[in-house]
Amino acid sequence: MDMLDPVFLARIQFAFTIAFHIIFPGLSIGLAAYLAVLEALWLKTKNDIYLSAFKYWIKIFSLIFGMGVVSGIVMSYQFGTNWSVFSDKTGPILGPLMGYEVLSAFFLEAGFLGVMLFGMNKVGKKLHFFATLMVAIGTLSSAFWILSVNSWMQTPTGYEINEVGQFVAKDWFEVVFNPSFPYRLTHMVIAAFLSTAFLVGGTAAWHLLKDKTNPIARLMFSMAMWMATIVAPIQVLVGDLHGLNTYKHQPAKVAAMEGNFDTQKGAPLILFGIANEDEEKMEYTIEIPKLTSLIITHDLDGELVGLKEWPKDERPPVNMVFWSFRIMVAIGVGMVLIGFFSLYLRFRKRLYDSNLLKRAALIFTPAGVVATIAGWIVTEVGRQPYTVYGLLKTADSASPLELPAVATSLALFIIVYLLVFGAGIYYCLKLMKRTPKLEERDVKTGIPRRAAGITPIAALKTQDGGKGDD
Amino acid sequence: MIDYAMIWAGLIAFAVLAYIILDGFDLGIGILFPLIKSTTDKETAMNTIAPVWDGNETWLVLGGGGLFAVFPLAYSVILPALYMPIILMLLGLIFRGVAFEFHWRASAKKQKLWDLGFHLGSLVATLCQGIALGALVQGITVVDRAYAGGWWDWLTPFSVCVGLALVFGYSLLGATWLYLKTEGNLQRFAHKVATTVAYLTLLSIGAISLWMLFIEQQYLERWFSKPNVYFLICVPALVLALGLGLITSLRKQNEIAPFLLSISLFILSYIGLIISFYPNLVPPSMTIWQAAAPENSLKFLLIGSLILLPIIIAYTSYSYWVFRGKVKENEAYH
Repeated sequence: MDMLDPVFLARIQFAFTIAFHIIFPGLSIGLAAYLAVLEALWLKTKNDIYLSAFKYWIKIFSLIFGMGVVSGIVMSYQFGTNWSVFSDKTGPILGPLMGYEVLSAFFLEAGFLGVMLFGMNKVGKKLHFFATLMVAIGTLSSAFWILSVNSWMQTPTGYEINEVGQFVAKDWFEVVFNPSFPYRLTHMVIAAFLSTAFLVGGTAAWHLLKDKTNPIARLMFSMAMWMATIVAPIQVLVGDLHGLNTYKHQPAKVAAMEGNFDTQKGAPLILFGIANEDEEKMEYTIEIPKLTSLIITHDLDGELVGLKEWPKDERPPVNMVFWSFRIMVAIGVGMVLIGFFSLYLRFRKRLYDSNLLKRAALIFTPAGVVATIAGWIVTEVGRQPYTVYGLLKTADSASPLELPAVATSLALFIIVYLLVFGAGIYYCLKLMKRTPKLEERDVKTGIPRRAAGITPIAALKTQDGGKGDD
Repeated sequence: MIDYAMIWAGLIAFAVLAYIILDGFDLGIGILFPLIKSTTDKETAMNTIAPVWDGNETWLVLGGGGLFAVFPLAYSVILPALYMPIILMLLGLIFRGVAFEFHWRASAKKQKLWDLGFHLGSLVATLCQGIALGALVQGITVVDRAYAGGWWDWLTPFSVCVGLALVFGYSLLGATWLYLKTEGNLQRFAHKVATTVAYLTLLSIGAISLWMLFIEQQYLERWFSKPNVYFLICVPALVLALGLGLITSLRKQNEIAPFLLSISLFILSYIGLIISFYPNLVPPSMTIWQAAAPENSLKFLLIGSLILLPIIIAYTSYSYWVFRGKVKENEAYH
């Protein structure tokens, strides 16, 4: 591929900006739900331990949410700036879905975020909880619509093409609930929850390694490990179903995921291998016989379609898809193992004693985020060379931009994103380094002394015992 | 002629206007930020908008997302044409947006840098929005449903002047908002700035309105052909009256009137633009109907919009109500 092709640079730009972006809404979905659960438990039990965990995470949430907002606006304009032919053709179908996302999700989140972050002293506990709930519902609603949009691009249904070449809806229900949507939505929402669980669990593990009696860190750790025990295995099942659905609608993608060039019966599972796309074969492979056929067709000798069924220019790049898929699956397996190990320790009443579990959880702090990005690489690179699968090629979707324009914007995005979001992630880590402490409450009103939200650096430093550094 | 395309043109126009007014005063505060002397006052100024800026910016997403949905052809022609100003605006908005959080997270030295980012981000975003508007007024070359100009076409003396005018205008919104929401030194500062930028804004409105008449024959005819001129003369007359009212209310130290009058000036100028553009969505020649999506897309999104927009306006108003009144120094926002 020509490095100086403006379409190629536009693809890099989209991939770079969206990969950064997905980190933030992914964690916002999970953290908003986690905060709603914590606040509900606090209101129900009146136990300040929940409030303390709530206060701890809301600061991190507001940072992450803010970065999600500003990186998200870029996405909503980038369809037009860089993919104008795509926008003109798919706007009549995808535009209204995104319009619904703005109306039912973005406004809801933004409208109640102010009250959630700054309003506890002004509106009281119950209304504040309502605001938290609305923010959480907003983040989920956003996932619903944007995943419907993405899924329609992968498995377009319910459309026809009009006289000027635009996709037009024939049946909106079929558009929104297209065949891959339920699987993708479930898989991604669970991924968001798991990413958050491992972020929380890893943070708690770090504090427990220093002081295993910290009650707030224990609460966070226990909640996170329940998620790993229960939700990680569910994610494996959902992922399997999603894979089967993909095989039905986008078999070339699955062939790339499995490194399968030849259509064959009893296809092996290739654990390791490097694709040689010129010679159309996998090299240096380590294989388990027949396993891929078993996984996908549920039959040891089931026939699987290989990449050679498609002309070379209609195949996705194999290595990127193949390896991203393996990274995602390996992390998923690791999560399940951590979940089972924690369950075993929990039954032995040693959940907070095992340093092995804490260290594993610590290593897995960013695992959910990494798996999410790897999963998106699988599905987005795996659908190439199309933006609308089988109908509109990526090469035919781009804006008529000159090379210097795209090169300039790409360079600017890379510099600004690394600088700004690098700093933001550093500030998140700094917040996660604070030792969780019990919140003090005003005796008279029962409302916390400091409203939820932003803590000045001076206060942070005192909490850290004067160790606030930068 | 009222049809779905027309209704949507109205709704998108409303969303863009809501954005200009709401994020206008946010960005205005960012533009004025380095002029505010003490750190406490800076933080108070930031706190007046911290709970609402995100909601305000969402109108920009509705403007863009809405255009994609209901006028996809306009969206796919305007954005490549205004590529650099749009990208720079987005990057400016990133620095502006993260500053609300980073300000409280950074060490004293880095804090100054993020504050500078807050200012420059607001300034660049505003300039670019103005430049984009100026370039749109001058017209966009379209061939076969695609932008057919170069990647520097947007940069002209006129578009840069519109950019500067918007910097004055947003500063006016920001200063009058601060005047309404603060007390003491900061309020006195806001009053002084508001008076200066009020004159600059009024001059800019006048200059750009006159300049526009020479850019496109169509604009001149729209305003000065008979009988249009008899009706439309009331637009500049009203601008003049509101301008006088603004200056007077500032002199009388009325707290709320300057903000409302500044908003009215924006609304009037906006109406003036609509009068000049109609029936085009993308001057010089793409009409609302040519740009519109097929009717079933317009209908599908309209149903939801008619239900959701009133609800959005209700809870947005509620949020403003919760944070009503003066914002005091070091108030327990955090």
